[in-house]
Amino acid sequence: MTPTRYAIGFLCAFGLASTAIGGPRETLIDRYAAAAKAADPGFSGFSAARGETLHRTQHNTGKADTPACTSCHGNDALSAGRTRTRKPIEPMALSVSPERYKDAAKVEKWFKRNCDEVLGRECTSLEKGDWLAYMMNQ
Amino acid sequence: MNIPIRSVVAGLLVIGLTAAVLTKARAGGDDYFPPVKDKPTVDECGSCHMAFPPAMLPAASWQRMMVELDDHFGDNASLDPQTAAHVTRYLVDNAADAGGRRYGRKLMKGVPAGASPQRITELPKWVREHDEVSRSEWQHKDVGSKANCPACHVDANDGYFEDD
Repeated sequence: MTPTRYAIGFLCAFGLASTAIGGPRETLIDRYAAAAKAADPGFSGFSAARGETLHRTQHNTGKADTPACTSCHGNDALSAGRTRTRKPIEPMALSVSPERYKDAAKVEKWFKRNCDEVLGRECTSLEKGDWLAYMMNQ
Repeated sequence: MNIPIRSVVAGLLVIGLTAAVLTKARAGGDDYFPPVKDKPTVDECGSCHMAFPPAMLPAASWQRMMVELDDHFGDNASLDPQTAAHVTRYLVDNAADAGGRRYGRKLMKGVPAGASPQRITELPKWVREHDEVSRSEWQHKDVGSKANCPACHVDANDGYFEDD
């Protein structure tokens, strides 16, 4: 391979790779994946199905009025939810709310607050990745 | 039909002037509290509840609230220090008792100087203004919370809290 061809090949590969992993959502998912892998070497990817279970389960381990994610977000991720003060919450499904999950700091802020409210503890990176996988598949 | 142009112009002028005067009266009225215009404040205060107009509480209230965000009426609403400082400044600068403000006068009736009440819905004037609202109305599925002003005050997000 001539050096020029090699360079072109490299640039093409780089270009493809950056479109696949370049977005802020992908960066965030990668970060959670790395943390999940660090916590459990057997980690083999996030699961939308586990995310849905997390989202729907009545955990009852956090605050009494928010036993589940669905207490505020509603049973249908494609529809709006309502806060405790009855303010509407835009749907969580990415397909309906395409602006969601771009801002990593915002995502982290809400995981921190809401996991504490619903579960009474922080969420693990595995839980965060699973939950995002569920919402991004919706 | 022959409508004299002069009376048409005069009519329109009267309508226009009346509208202008009414709008001004509305904006300066006792039921007007300027809505939050600052984006970070709208975003941070307005995600769980309506971003309440800062002129509904005195500066001392906002200062206390913003340092107690980790237990904000039972919820952890804490912010990063930079955002918290920005929001605090906005709320304090636009508080009911901030220099030259008149909008907050009404709700401040009966609040001792220097006090830092936390719940707008416990201000003496607020309580009196809402005494005609029945328990079943508060519990109505579209109301559900005293913090849900826009359920009844349909123009609340624009700053108008008239009787509806």
